[in-house]
Amino acid sequence: MNLVVPIKMVPDLVEELVIDASGTKLDPDALRLKLNELDEHAIEQAILLKEKVAGQVTVVAPDVEGIEDALFTAAAKGADRLIKLTGNWQNGANNHALARVFANFIKTLRPELILTGVQAHNDLDGAVGPQLAEHLGMPYVGYVSGVAVSDSQVQIRKEFPGGLIAEMDVLLPAVLGIQAAEKPPRYVPISKVRATMKTAKIETFPAMELETAGAPTTIRLFQPETGVRATMLEGDADAVATRLVEIFKESGVL
Amino acid sequence: MNPDIFVVVEHLRGQVSDISYVMLAAARVLANATKGKVIAVLLGHDVEALSSDLAADRVMYMEHSAFADFSSDAYQRALEGLLREQMPRAVLFGDTTIGGDVAAWLSTHLALPLVSACRIVRADGGAIKFVSQICGGKMMAEGDLPGPTALVLMVPGGFKPEQGHTAQPPELARVSAPALDDLRVTVKDYVEPAVGDVDIAKEGILVSVGRGIQNQDNVELAEELAKALGGVVSGSRPVIDQNWLPQTRLVGKSGKAVKPKMYLALGISGAPEHVEAIGNAEMIVAINTDPAAPIFNLAKYGAQIDILDLMPVLTEKVQQAKG
Repeated sequence: MNLVVPIKMVPDLVEELVIDASGTKLDPDALRLKLNELDEHAIEQAILLKEKVAGQVTVVAPDVEGIEDALFTAAAKGADRLIKLTGNWQNGANNHALARVFANFIKTLRPELILTGVQAHNDLDGAVGPQLAEHLGMPYVGYVSGVAVSDSQVQIRKEFPGGLIAEMDVLLPAVLGIQAAEKPPRYVPISKVRATMKTAKIETFPAMELETAGAPTTIRLFQPETGVRATMLEGDADAVATRLVEIFKESGVL
Repeated sequence: MNPDIFVVVEHLRGQVSDISYVMLAAARVLANATKGKVIAVLLGHDVEALSSDLAADRVMYMEHSAFADFSSDAYQRALEGLLREQMPRAVLFGDTTIGGDVAAWLSTHLALPLVSACRIVRADGGAIKFVSQICGGKMMAEGDLPGPTALVLMVPGGFKPEQGHTAQPPELARVSAPALDDLRVTVKDYVEPAVGDVDIAKEGILVSVGRGIQNQDNVELAEELAKALGGVVSGSRPVIDQNWLPQTRLVGKSGKAVKPKMYLALGISGAPEHVEAIGNAEMIVAINTDPAAPIFNLAKYGAQIDILDLMPVLTEKVQQAKG
């Protein structure tokens, strides 16, 4: 089975987020990028499928800072083909532009199934997956947490609120937005990623010109203004625990 | 230009979801600004029961057996024609497992701009502003709602669902559904939510752990604390995805909404998908090493320390206090 996984890098939220002088976007110099966590699940789900039904997993990504690590890590986990798309990514690209770039390139791969993270935390103009599906004329289902393949279709598990799952049939070729792989993304030690770097190859292709139409323009980016913020308890674990026990008593928990 | 505001009503298995009422409340604000009507769009099967309390000026509905369950393929095909013909000022969808499968497809298909993660819409002079919540709740992005027709994916939090209800059933207008043969996406069955040993939605004290728990072995520390407090352990998405806790303990968008007397958020950042499920907790206490964690904007008390240092000490002190 020909499996394709488009991925994207997003700001690492563990780092402090700094708004640039224009006040409309995050300062790229103060930003560390990491692979979108749900794309990591999409990679895992693709590799799980490959292990079950045989096939090839191709991971496709825009050529931005940190992407080589992400691609080599995917290869160390079992991805077969790594592709980065070069283009004018330095000012960021919205998902409408990204979906067009992905569609334009991925159609040449003739995929049977495309798996991608159902969303990313910095999506402001919808997710990539459903847009990609439209460009390629494929059906789309998101919030997927289980995939099995049979003949010309996949059986998927789609999540609904409250823990309800719908079991659905989706005709191939299709695009799925992955919420969670069937198993937690596998861990690969750095040593294995390093070894993979020596053997695996990242192919480079030019991305089509970015077409950004379809997304809103941010006029102001700001941290949420909050009326109330938590009363912070100071001191070490012992001091905080002592204060918490008092709070538990005051509120009738103890 | 059509000044109306459309709301694509979300429902599943005969139940209209809360986000639909949130959207109706938002749509009213917009319709007042555009001097248009609030139109609820209902794709369903047996729609009268679903539409009776929707606070809309009119309900446009399509009936088809294909709408008995949610199929993205059926929704996309049905809405494509309707929107192409109507082109209202804005079309609101839930930023959910339903709206998320439909709106971005329509945006591409109809070449209409799309705003996602939108929490607030408001009139500002002649313009309409949107405010979206991104970066796990750490950033808000504000801008003008693109025109002449914009698609919007709404998250809860900015409008009260009560304002989207009405006692006066709205006017109904039937619209014919397009041919929906050969759907490429079909529902075969449902798997009911797993019934666990405890129902976290009914628990009074929740010790809830997030990414800060670091590994499965540490969950034991939370179990001990919960036991001392007479509560149970729940968790956020990353913890459940790692299988460190069962699915039945998931607090959040695809898990349970909870309303405990005490919600102890340990190493939970407070991403929007989590926060929307804890709004009814009587008291939230948050412990996180990241001072910018959005959970501190919601908690009554907080502390910026490592939960792994805190949990054993707190367990001991709680045990002492109980004697």
